[in-house]
Amino acid sequence: MTATTSATGHVVRRTGGLVIEDLGVSLTGDDVDVVDGIDLVLRPGEVVGLVGESGSGKTTVGTSLLGYSRAGAHISAGRVLLEDRDVLTMHWREVRKLRGEEIAYVPQDPASALNPSIRIGRQIVELQQLRGIGTAGSRLQAARDGLAEVGLPNDDEFLRRYAHQLSGGQVQRVALAMAFLPKPKVLVLDEPTTGLDVTTQKMVLDTMAGLCRAHGVSALYVTHDLAVVANIADRVAVMYAGQIAELGPRDTIFQNPSHPYTRALLDSIPHLSQARALKGIPGRTPSPGRRPDGCRFNDRCGFVVDRCRTEVPELRTIAPDHDVRCHRVGEIGTWDINLGTVPDADPDRARDVILSVEGLTVFYGRKQVVHDVSFDLAKGEVVALVGESGSGKTTISRSVGGLHKDWTGTVAFEGRTLATSARKRTAEDRRRMQYIFQNPYLSLNPRLTIEQIIRRPMELFGLARGKEATDRVVELMGQVALGSQMLHYQASRLSGGERQRVAIARALAAQPDVMICDEITSALDVSVQGSIVELLEGLRQERGISMLFVTHNLALVRSIAASVQILQDGQVVEAGPVVTVMETPREEYTRKLLSNSPRID
Amino acid sequence: MTDTQAAPAPASFFRRALQQKRFAFGFGVTLLIVLFAILAPFFAPYTEEETAGPPYAPDGLFGTDYIGQDVLSRLMHGGQGVLLISVLATLLGMVLGVLIGVVAAYAGGWWDEVIMRLNDVLLAFPQILLALVVLTALQNPASWVIVVLIGVSHAPRVARVSRGVALGIVSRDFVVAAEALGEKRSRVIVAEVLPNMIGPLLAEAGLRLTYSIGVVAALGFLGFAADPGAANWGQMMNENRLGLQTQPWAVVAPVLMIAIFTIATNLMADGLAQASQKGD
Repeated sequence: MTATTSATGHVVRRTGGLVIEDLGVSLTGDDVDVVDGIDLVLRPGEVVGLVGESGSGKTTVGTSLLGYSRAGAHISAGRVLLEDRDVLTMHWREVRKLRGEEIAYVPQDPASALNPSIRIGRQIVELQQLRGIGTAGSRLQAARDGLAEVGLPNDDEFLRRYAHQLSGGQVQRVALAMAFLPKPKVLVLDEPTTGLDVTTQKMVLDTMAGLCRAHGVSALYVTHDLAVVANIADRVAVMYAGQIAELGPRDTIFQNPSHPYTRALLDSIPHLSQARALKGIPGRTPSPGRRPDGCRFNDRCGFVVDRCRTEVPELRTIAPDHDVRCHRVGEIGTWDINLGTVPDADPDRARDVILSVEGLTVFYGRKQVVHDVSFDLAKGEVVALVGESGSGKTTISRSVGGLHKDWTGTVAFEGRTLATSARKRTAEDRRRMQYIFQNPYLSLNPRLTIEQIIRRPMELFGLARGKEATDRVVELMGQVALGSQMLHYQASRLSGGERQRVAIARALAAQPDVMICDEITSALDVSVQGSIVELLEGLRQERGISMLFVTHNLALVRSIAASVQILQDGQVVEAGPVVTVMETPREEYTRKLLSNSPRID
Repeated sequence: MTDTQAAPAPASFFRRALQQKRFAFGFGVTLLIVLFAILAPFFAPYTEEETAGPPYAPDGLFGTDYIGQDVLSRLMHGGQGVLLISVLATLLGMVLGVLIGVVAAYAGGWWDEVIMRLNDVLLAFPQILLALVVLTALQNPASWVIVVLIGVSHAPRVARVSRGVALGIVSRDFVVAAEALGEKRSRVIVAEVLPNMIGPLLAEAGLRLTYSIGVVAALGFLGFAADPGAANWGQMMNENRLGLQTQPWAVVAPVLMIAIFTIATNLMADGLAQASQKGD
């Protein structure tokens, strides 16, 4: 699928790479640095992964390679040297020519970069006209070759399609083909696979890596996903709060991470091969202007000493090619990837079934999207529903939760059959089964305060009112690690991770026995995901809450769930205890999912 | 990826709107005119129906009108009625329209279809026509009749807009979450949906106020004011149009007042619309 033999006979070029020196981007007017002191070299043909959480400034660095900064910020210092020419001091006409032709950019959402009303073939030809590449006759052929290179069909039928007639992965590969057509020397990719299924992601990543190698293109791969970086990057730069915290070859970063932040990040991500007790990083990334003195990580660091709070650490070279910005590097011991592994959930333990689903068949209008799905959930157990987008996993969870009512089959709660829609169920059933949504930016009413949001279920179900309810809200906020000073904040003031904690607290306020978690960590940073998983695991153990955990992330399943249902096209293709399914998958589809999942172990 | 950083406390909607020149100007002028309409009668040199001199004489600031009343005094007295009727009519239209629109959007399916198609039928009537039909049938229409007529004719227009806004909100997860908890439908609308519509609705209210003023003035001009003898900007234009050549101020002054008032409220509505787009 991804074998991209260079049909046009490209010769591997030697390009000069790109040198970034002391780059700084500041907020306009405030004179506050968004990023500062970035030194990075992209060697010819090399893929450098730029990793960081939201707010770390990684995208800012990525776009400044093209001499661009978003509105409200400006590039205030440094040089970006492409073959000894400084991109930042060029005339805008030159920069315009340079963008795309010499330094290409692939955005996170390529669908928004393609014109929805122009056919794919026409767009690729137009791009060449704009850049003055080839002749009128050769452009169509070049478009076909470009599409072939990224493993897409290149017949007339495909060229005549519109962007909306392609799948997400196809759109992303068209964007890649268009980025490579002018034969750029440097490629900047901004989270190009976020939102794609693992299979598609693997295909796009392989295509990208192949093209970079074949054309000698240097690439800067901006992402928050360490697992992806572990699979494609030659070198990795870890960014924190606008600075590079650690920089080194991929293997060094993943086997011998030396900055406490890198270690904390690695501790927070789940592995495919082994269940882990995931740990989040306490606190949140400081925003520009609120970064602490001394080492910027000092307020969240487990190894902090007084010196870290006063003295700013330099980026020091501790081994060939390996730079770390930490005072205590060398003093904090070594790191082991197996730290934090825990035994898998025991497949043979006694189960006390609380929720059972029999022959669930779901319709959207006349279209049947889920076919005869059956599984059950025991007390204090986590069952994962896993599948790619369109597999029906969210549909199943919404039907079980009573949010979608067009379904047949039986959902029994402690042996009692539940009505199809939440409204028709008894208040007690509604209370005992709580649903948590994927996107915390949509699931909380932005006009209400945190207190109003969390206390509502208590009032509704008559669990507490008045002063007592407020006390319980504070208690719940403590349990989900939110400070009580946020009581009167509006939801719109919180970060994604904090919002999701509020959503969890709202679910807990109803004192549920079952929680349905619909991709609740997929919109969040890995460190936040780690702390949310840690929180859920604690709740499961202390309160014996059962969870139906919907996700596309198999590694996460290994760490959180006891049993798993693998879904494809609305059907269960494989089910069983997590260890069994992941160690000895029986179905081809499961094996494919496992092998396509990026892994760091 | 969205920023994790602590967002500063969002300025209230009104404060954000005030930062816009367009809104600030419109709001300021509207405020001045409203104050003028409310307070001016106390400072007027003559009473509402007092004769100040011969008809169409250049006495006083704006001269006299067709029966010798002081134009300035009439102008100062004539705002209250226009203002009160248009504001009340706007309120009525907004309440009715929002109710129809939000219920249709939230109910969805057949209910939505039926409500909105009936609404479309009402929309087909030109706004002023409905008012004229009823007013010609009545001998001496009371002020509240005009309020009801204008309000009712606003409702279907407001309903369309508020349904559009509500559609984007009722499918959001926090509304679904409230449903899953089993909240009463009325509470879902009042506590979850409506608070998130305030921005666009304020903008719509501003626009409706502009139209209300226009319609009230037009009805006055056509002679359908509640009290034929009372001062009323619309009516003043009609009364004095014959003397336009000799004493233009008697017509121009009320025209200017209405023009300034509608432009100001329109600027305000525009500013609100822009602020509500930027927010959230």
